[in-house]
Amino acid sequence: MTGFDAASAAVQAALDAGARYADARVMHRRYESMSARNGDVEELTQDESLGLGVRALVGSSWGFHAVPDLSDAAARDAGRRAARIAAASARVPGPPIDLVPAEPTVASWSSQCEVDPLGVALSDKGDLLVGATATMAAHGADVAEGLYQVWDTTKWFVSSEGHRIDQHIRECGGGISATSIGDGETQRRSYPSYRGQYGTTGWELVTSLDLAAHAARVAEESRALLTAPLCPAGETDLILGGEQLALQIHESVGHAIELDRILGWEAAFAGTSWLDLARLGSLRYGSELMNVTIDPTIPGALGSFGFDDEGSPAVRRDAVREGRWVGVLAGRDSAAVAGLDHGGSVRADGWARLPMVRMTNVGLEPGPHTLDEIVAATDDGVLMDVNRSWSIDDKRLNFQFGCEIGWEVKRGRRGRMLRNPTYTGIGPLFWRSMDMLSSETVAWGTPNCGKGQPGQTGHTGHPAAPARFRNVRVGVRA
Amino acid sequence: MSERSGGRMSHDAERHALDLAGRVVDLVRRLGGPGAEAEVVVTRSELALTRFANSFIHQNVAESGVGVRLRVHADGRTAAGSGSVVTPDGLAALVERALTAARLCPPDPAWPGLTPPASVPAVPAWDEATAFAEPDERAERVRAFVAAVGGLEAAGYCRTAYRAAAFANSAGHSAQGSAAEAAMDGIARAGAADGVARLCADRLANLDGAALGHRAATKARAAVAPVELPPGRYEVVLEPAAVADLLHNFAVWGFNGKRFAERQSFAEPGVAQFDPAVTLVDDPLGGSGLPFDAEGTGRRALTLVDAGTTVAVAHDRRSGAQAGTGSTGHAEPGAATFGPTPGNLRLTGPGGVAAAGSARGTGDPVASPTVAGGGPMDGPGASVGPAGGVETPGGLETPGGPVLDAETAALVAGMERGLLVSDLWYTRVLDTKSLVITGLTRNGVWLVEGGVPVRAVRDFRFTESYPRALGPGAVLGIGRHPARQPDRVDGVWWDAPALRLAAWNFTGGASG
Repeated sequence: MTGFDAASAAVQAALDAGARYADARVMHRRYESMSARNGDVEELTQDESLGLGVRALVGSSWGFHAVPDLSDAAARDAGRRAARIAAASARVPGPPIDLVPAEPTVASWSSQCEVDPLGVALSDKGDLLVGATATMAAHGADVAEGLYQVWDTTKWFVSSEGHRIDQHIRECGGGISATSIGDGETQRRSYPSYRGQYGTTGWELVTSLDLAAHAARVAEESRALLTAPLCPAGETDLILGGEQLALQIHESVGHAIELDRILGWEAAFAGTSWLDLARLGSLRYGSELMNVTIDPTIPGALGSFGFDDEGSPAVRRDAVREGRWVGVLAGRDSAAVAGLDHGGSVRADGWARLPMVRMTNVGLEPGPHTLDEIVAATDDGVLMDVNRSWSIDDKRLNFQFGCEIGWEVKRGRRGRMLRNPTYTGIGPLFWRSMDMLSSETVAWGTPNCGKGQPGQTGHTGHPAAPARFRNVRVGVRA
Repeated sequence: MSERSGGRMSHDAERHALDLAGRVVDLVRRLGGPGAEAEVVVTRSELALTRFANSFIHQNVAESGVGVRLRVHADGRTAAGSGSVVTPDGLAALVERALTAARLCPPDPAWPGLTPPASVPAVPAWDEATAFAEPDERAERVRAFVAAVGGLEAAGYCRTAYRAAAFANSAGHSAQGSAAEAAMDGIARAGAADGVARLCADRLANLDGAALGHRAATKARAAVAPVELPPGRYEVVLEPAAVADLLHNFAVWGFNGKRFAERQSFAEPGVAQFDPAVTLVDDPLGGSGLPFDAEGTGRRALTLVDAGTTVAVAHDRRSGAQAGTGSTGHAEPGAATFGPTPGNLRLTGPGGVAAAGSARGTGDPVASPTVAGGGPMDGPGASVGPAGGVETPGGLETPGGPVLDAETAALVAGMERGLLVSDLWYTRVLDTKSLVITGLTRNGVWLVEGGVPVRAVRDFRFTESYPRALGPGAVLGIGRHPARQPDRVDGVWWDAPALRLAAWNFTGGASG
């Protein structure tokens, strides 16, 4: 059976079993990763996964079942079981659920890809990581690590409303990290970020990173950090590099605007959100420099696609405009509950997982400055870059981040290196303090966004550039 | 259905898995030549999770899965592959990919070899009724939980999991087994105040949705109208959900043989790094579990900390060979990168575990909300048992209060001024070697004065070195009856008792 055939059979079986709506995704994914350590390949993993997941809506209750088998019998059984699970859900019923209208779409979409990542010789990929990690080891790193990952996913989507969409999405990326071990602590430097930069693109992304050219520097910086002065504790002006700001956006904006969180659907695990739908359109989220978009159409960014896993087409929307909260990440059912008119941000981590609201590319539009200008305009502050730790509360308000490296900024100049830089704050207060934003935007990719039960790992993108925040508490430590 | 060590369905699944594993080994020999070494794990699974929020079931999923994991070592080079395509063509493609990858990999001089033929431990009893539970059975527990919160909002999940696995390698070693597990984790929400009840068990029948819902609701009601306290170092009693986070982080970052070898772990075998009250044992067969690891090594209990002294870390064959200790049965996919990690830690005090049934998670799902007694044995290293004569803590307007079991009551009773913490959230490592971690409290914090919880407190942020917090002299009491706490994936759990610590470093309040 083709992917469409199996998905259609599952949908029909769910309808026959009492569902009033059903959709099914067949997904075939090849995954490859290689890690190297101190000049040797450490692990090469190749995985191939193929299966079908079907979702059934019986009354106002959902059920989902997944099988690793595309035979007609297995697909139909999965559809029937999804409907039966939905019926069981009705033992603890909720309010009426509907789906916002969607045009039945028949389409095919592929991500851009110049160089097929799975077509690049393993030996070439190994040489890249081995060479970079050997260089880091030679320049003082106690633990020199390199990693790349590749996902090649084809999926076929069918819904009972007439959707019939196939997509071929190729994603990849990589990076290097050097760890130096001192007396009672470790220091790490990474390029371009820990575990790397990722995109919905081909191997050309990894080539463009030029990992080897940065290996010696990150190793030397990790060693130097062991004896660098501690980041001072107190309130100061904080300049964040783009990579760190990307994670700041991810944690304190992206998750906060997920409609399922706002509606309480994630209350027991991922948490809720401090945002109140009644204030959508009026709430001041940040300073007027803050313009955040939800944009799965950005070529090459990790959160890009043609259609989400409910068949909604990729559309660019505003989340924050001139500091005011104006948009959410939604699915067809959550949007209907909230009285909104669009979904478009629902994805599943593989065939065996339920599609749920996920970030796409959530990022800042460029500002008017450059990093050099921001540093030059700062009399007394700290510049931090490249994330090392991240933690935020279940309402997405109270956060604390640690970075790999900091630099003192005095009288408009970047000064000495600082170790163990951390900063903490409350989301909206922090964003309202942003007074300078660079135009040097990079669409950073986050391939490890955890959410859902059973757990799902999402791939998200975050355009971000360096920015300055006023009067931030830094230097938190045990 | 009654508990038994395997029914027809499980035997079929295990036999089929073993057959698949053997076919893959044969394929490697045929395609890679007689010198090619291979090890294969085949897993068949039935996983289901019923999720609720706003007091109704909003997500309800089930998955029938199969996975084949192959590792080959040919001409001195090693590669791994995995997949869910178990057709003849799919298996052949898997083997060819792995062999091709191995040829292109650099030499692997540290290859530890295959596990030789050896017996593995007997499969612990597992419950077929849990393994193949119907969606109605999970929904019924959710219904009971929701009904028990008495008008509060409820959210959480009930899950069941079954795995049948088989191992085979080209050295002639094979093994098979099955495991089943159930877990329930829910909160009740009284406005902005949440209370939690969480439990993992070998049998779904031992998860009482009503009792868990009642516990969560009682905690939530006791958490309303919290006040904000200034950050600082406070004495604490951590409840099992919070202690589970400590065990998780000790396992991942501390007792990980690879991180230990790279000097990124705090662990120093032979050194009294913990309070003498602390004993930590990884006991994968303390509940229903597979009896072998990804390399076919038998899984057995491993004492990591004995009365405060670190005595071991976890190893797979590779890290064990480097350390000269051999494998401890902790191989898992990805361990070459992330390191072998314990996944079933139990924390016990000097008195150990009083009741095997409790430790195995087969009973005592939720203690009665009425404190029936308690014996505070105050002072460093005290272990608190249920026998004794402590009165129910009072001082809260909400009936029931936040202390719902005798052991926690006894620990709280000994605290002159401190905080009772239900749960920890979003903990992340600032430094792996000192294991400094930041995170937040969640699902209830209370100020304790004179041994009595006196008011609910808003959540804190903390930044703390976990080994330091449990260091010599820092542990003031450990409950004797761990409550099994589920992890995010089945098969991983933490036997966590309540724990009283001399200090915990809160570095921020709810306002920043």
